Amino acid sequence: MAYERKFKIGKPILEVNNISLSFGGVKAITDTSFNVLEHEVRAIIGPNGAGKSSMLNCINGIYKPQQGTVSFRGQQIENITPNIMAQMGLSRTFQNLALFKRMSVLDNILVGRKLHTKTNFLEVALQLPKVKKEEKLNRERSEEIISFLEIEDIKDTPVGKLPYGLQKKVELGRALATDSTIILLDEPMAGMNVEEKRDMCRFILKVNDELGTTMVLIEHDMGVVMDISDRVVVLDYGKVIGDGTPDEVRSNQKVIDAYLGVEH
Amino acid sequence: MKPVFMTYTKKDLINLAVCMFLSVLIIPTFITTEYWYTSILIPWLCLALATIGQQIVMGYTGQLALGAAGFMAAGAFAMFNLILRVPDLGFVGSLIVSGLIAAAFGILFGLPSLKVRGIYLMVATLASQFFIIWMIDKFGWFKNYDSSGIITAQDIVILGKPFTTPLAMYFVCLAVTTVLTLLAMNMARGSTGRNWMAVRDMDIAAESMGVSLLRTKVQAFAISAFYCGVAGALFAFCYLKSLEPVAFDIKLSFKILFMCILGGLGTINGAFIGAAFILLFPVLLNAIGNNVFHGAIDATIISSIEQVIFGGLMIIFMIYEPLGMAKLWENLKVSLKSKLSSSGTKSLKSSAQKSE
Repeated sequence: MAYERKFKIGKPILEVNNISLSFGGVKAITDTSFNVLEHEVRAIIGPNGAGKSSMLNCINGIYKPQQGTVSFRGQQIENITPNIMAQMGLSRTFQNLALFKRMSVLDNILVGRKLHTKTNFLEVALQLPKVKKEEKLNRERSEEIISFLEIEDIKDTPVGKLPYGLQKKVELGRALATDSTIILLDEPMAGMNVEEKRDMCRFILKVNDELGTTMVLIEHDMGVVMDISDRVVVLDYGKVIGDGTPDEVRSNQKVIDAYLGVEH
Repeated sequence: MKPVFMTYTKKDLINLAVCMFLSVLIIPTFITTEYWYTSILIPWLCLALATIGQQIVMGYTGQLALGAAGFMAAGAFAMFNLILRVPDLGFVGSLIVSGLIAAAFGILFGLPSLKVRGIYLMVATLASQFFIIWMIDKFGWFKNYDSSGIITAQDIVILGKPFTTPLAMYFVCLAVTTVLTLLAMNMARGSTGRNWMAVRDMDIAAESMGVSLLRTKVQAFAISAFYCGVAGALFAFCYLKSLEPVAFDIKLSFKILFMCILGGLGTINGAFIGAAFILLFPVLLNAIGNNVFHGAIDATIISSIEQVIFGGLMIIFMIYEPLGMAKLWENLKVSLKSKLSSSGTKSLKSSAQKSE
């Protein structure tokens, strides 16, 4: 990309070392290692069942891999749970949407502010001044995110009533609200039309550009991946078969055979 | 809408003012029969409070718990013993401490929610119901070694003044219920309530946002049990005026569950609507039996009819309006408003046409 980046791509922030995960006898991931550099947009691609989502779930602590380690800022993390990773500054979205369906868009995004909420239930019940101050700050930040994502008109709608594309946006918003240093996006553009996809790409790049947030995304649409990511790792049958810039991956014969198919 | 005071919008404050006006001025002025206070208003407030407790754990946090009456018993007997053994605490102090004791039981019996969910959790929480009642029956100390089985509750004395008339007791219940309802609303609308609902709607996502499932669930159980405990103490001291474990049996737990579901899961006003419906419905049926059929229908048949109608209503609500009567009320208001505004625009249009 020709333009000057505000946040220069830096050192590895997230390292995945020799992860192996199996469900019973089925091996989902075999001895997989890769890293993510600070401030970059990193894509994980691969055919169906390649272990992409399982990989994210291992990083985020939803699945416990049988082998291997995850390091964050050079520090190996023991006993990964989603909660610990959230506290370290790693947020995520889910493949099949995991929104709080009966809550409004604003409330969903406000839940993302959880780690910036220090007051306890008693203080909330009594509505002490510091609760109001904190709530005001959290609401302001949430409103900022809502206007950033251009979803102001639906902010009071229960999320369950929204169309799929908008729900995906809200989920991105909730992840953004955490002010995390790294966000994992599990198929952020699945099931969207071209226009929605273009919007989503714009948001991902804008977040990365303006806030310097490191983005790790899983995506099926090859065109999109090649356009927006700095580096791509390709998984097939739970193994890394290619890792590098989009151009490198595109010319990798193994990747062409496994994923892109043989070009005619 | 922007909150004006605490978490309340202008509309909330108007509603609150209307409720307070009705309950503090209108009801005491116009209702003079003791029956209304002792048999309807006081139990209504107590059970609505317990239903708020059930709402917190079930409606907001999504944990299927069944054992509200157990926590109520814990609160009631804690109150009895506190007034008996620690008289310095006073009525209000004892009420708060009884709530806290019930909350401790809530934490203990809420722990299974970390491992089991749904119907299995319901079975696990039933343990609280049976354990607490058993404990009170088993150890005479809780009943001050009273052999008769039914203990008379002490008189309510606040700051040296006795509150023994039905009207005075009504005001005690009203004050406690109002304060706790406002606190519950603050929690439900604030960050605390958002954490509860996040756990209810999608626990894995909540955890990925940094919401601790352990803390949130246990907190909800504790607060729920606190509300039930205080409600139980009021129920025993203002309504039953006696303490017996049998009054807090599984039937009462189910009653509170029904109030919660019929009223509308995840609403505070639903707790009041549900409690009112379940309390008033038998009264209404009896009145119909007496006045329309002039006692031609046997009382036992009426109570059977009551069960049948309750059962039917539960099924109907579960299928057609899982959000309960609070939602029906909301829909009614919306449709009335739209009708009013559409007739308003029509009249505007017609007047505009006339002027043309």
